[in-house]
Amino acid sequence: MTATRRAADTLILLVGLVVLWEILHRIAGETAMPAPLSTFAYLVHNLATPRFIANLTTTGLELGYALLLAYGIGLAVGVWLGAHRLSGAVGEPILVSLYSLPKITLYPVVLLIFGLGISGKVAFGALHGVLPVALLTTGAIRAIPPVYLRAARTLQLSPWQTITTVLLPAALPEVFTGLRIGFTVTLLGVLLGEMFASKEGLGAMIINALQLAQGEEMMTVAIVLFAFAALANGLLLFVEHRLRRI
Amino acid sequence: MNAAPVPREVHAELKGVTRIYPAVPGAGAKLPVHALGPIDLDLVRGEFFAVVGPSGCGKSTFLEVLAGLQKPTAGSVSFEGKPVGGHVPEGIGVVFQEDASFPWLTVWHNVAFGLRRNGVAAAEVRRRVEDAIAFMGLKDFAGAYPSQLSGGMRQRVCIARTLVLQPRLILLDEPFGALDAQTRLLMGDEVLRLWRRTGATVLLITHALDEAAMLADRIGAMSARPGRFIEIIATGWPRDRDSTIVGEAAFGEITGRLWERLRSESLKALGHSGVSAMAAE
Repeated sequence: MTATRRAADTLILLVGLVVLWEILHRIAGETAMPAPLSTFAYLVHNLATPRFIANLTTTGLELGYALLLAYGIGLAVGVWLGAHRLSGAVGEPILVSLYSLPKITLYPVVLLIFGLGISGKVAFGALHGVLPVALLTTGAIRAIPPVYLRAARTLQLSPWQTITTVLLPAALPEVFTGLRIGFTVTLLGVLLGEMFASKEGLGAMIINALQLAQGEEMMTVAIVLFAFAALANGLLLFVEHRLRRI
Repeated sequence: MNAAPVPREVHAELKGVTRIYPAVPGAGAKLPVHALGPIDLDLVRGEFFAVVGPSGCGKSTFLEVLAGLQKPTAGSVSFEGKPVGGHVPEGIGVVFQEDASFPWLTVWHNVAFGLRRNGVAAAEVRRRVEDAIAFMGLKDFAGAYPSQLSGGMRQRVCIARTLVLQPRLILLDEPFGALDAQTRLLMGDEVLRLWRRTGATVLLITHALDEAAMLADRIGAMSARPGRFIEIIATGWPRDRDSTIVGEAAFGEITGRLWERLRSESLKALGHSGVSAMAAE
């Protein structure tokens, strides 16, 4: 029942967006905002072309590596800061202030260090994702009620059993929130990276289309990214809700 | 009202138990805090012992030291003749004041939790869990998650989780503190039922004088910090009792006597929080 209602909600949202798009098209004109219908026609004709697939693969690869780094480093730092009080007291405010910085200002530095290839974009994506993952993991570990630890001791659990059967499941829902937000901002970082000083990837395609005033191509890439991000977010949200027993 | 003569067998013993929390200058505790003791107490096997005292008097510290969750600064604790320290011995079950049910497990799995981790055979786990769930009146909620239950129900889950391990000494740390008065009376009946059926020794920490007077064989009245027993009162209730004894004259006498002893201590505890820095020499 809730599944059908959720599907209906999604459908209404999508229809609403297309209508809004059509209105914007009428106001802004053909060059700025091509019509939904012509864009969809363009999408159908160009999505399967080798050029599009090559760019899609590049972005996918960069995102994959960036996520691996962001999740790996973020989780490790988060567990460390959450479990060790002094490290947390020192590290957390630093992470919070870093999180609020506009990281795009550091992109030139990233480029100078990692070069113009794929690694620069991976690093820039990971730079975005690592902070929310670390911060929310720290929070997740701190939020574990201390009584769980005492209960574990009275239930005769070994330290290893306590970690795997109490601490891990207790922290998991909030850690997953971190992974979900981390995913969104890592994707943002990778795309931003591709938009500047890059010839490959979906971000570069958008900028290229902008310069050639190819509205349909621009919107096609946007739709693909929109669909991908929404799908991935929905999937992660689904897992998160299952973990939280909502 | 004399209790039937039971052979007195010491089940747990505290000798000169003292707990002093050291000063932690960085974390706001500039002076060491003498929380408890010295306390000497013998818990008799099978008795129901209640500890009452003003808030902050060290009742919970007392329970944690007895359970082996904290080491005493001085003195010794023994359970069934063996010294307790550093870890919780097999045979002691604890129910905490806070909700300690695990939200990611169903009621059934919460109750089975301790058994499964301790390598009990699956058929035996099933038998014991179903028994404990039925006993605590959770049969219809076995598949529910704690978030779907009321606070009282969750506390029952925690009691059932302790019960399946068949503890011989059950420690209850204000388990009904967060519940309303009527629910507390009913939960009191359940604890009495549990005590009679398991034959375990029960130690209940509470701040409610009526709860102590209604449930316990003996009541230890604890002073303001550092917590010491200023009087131990035997209630003389028959083993087969329930919450209806709150109507008896003796019940009023016991609560009256407890309050007489604890009134000045409670006043001290009230003042303590405000002027403790000045009062500490």
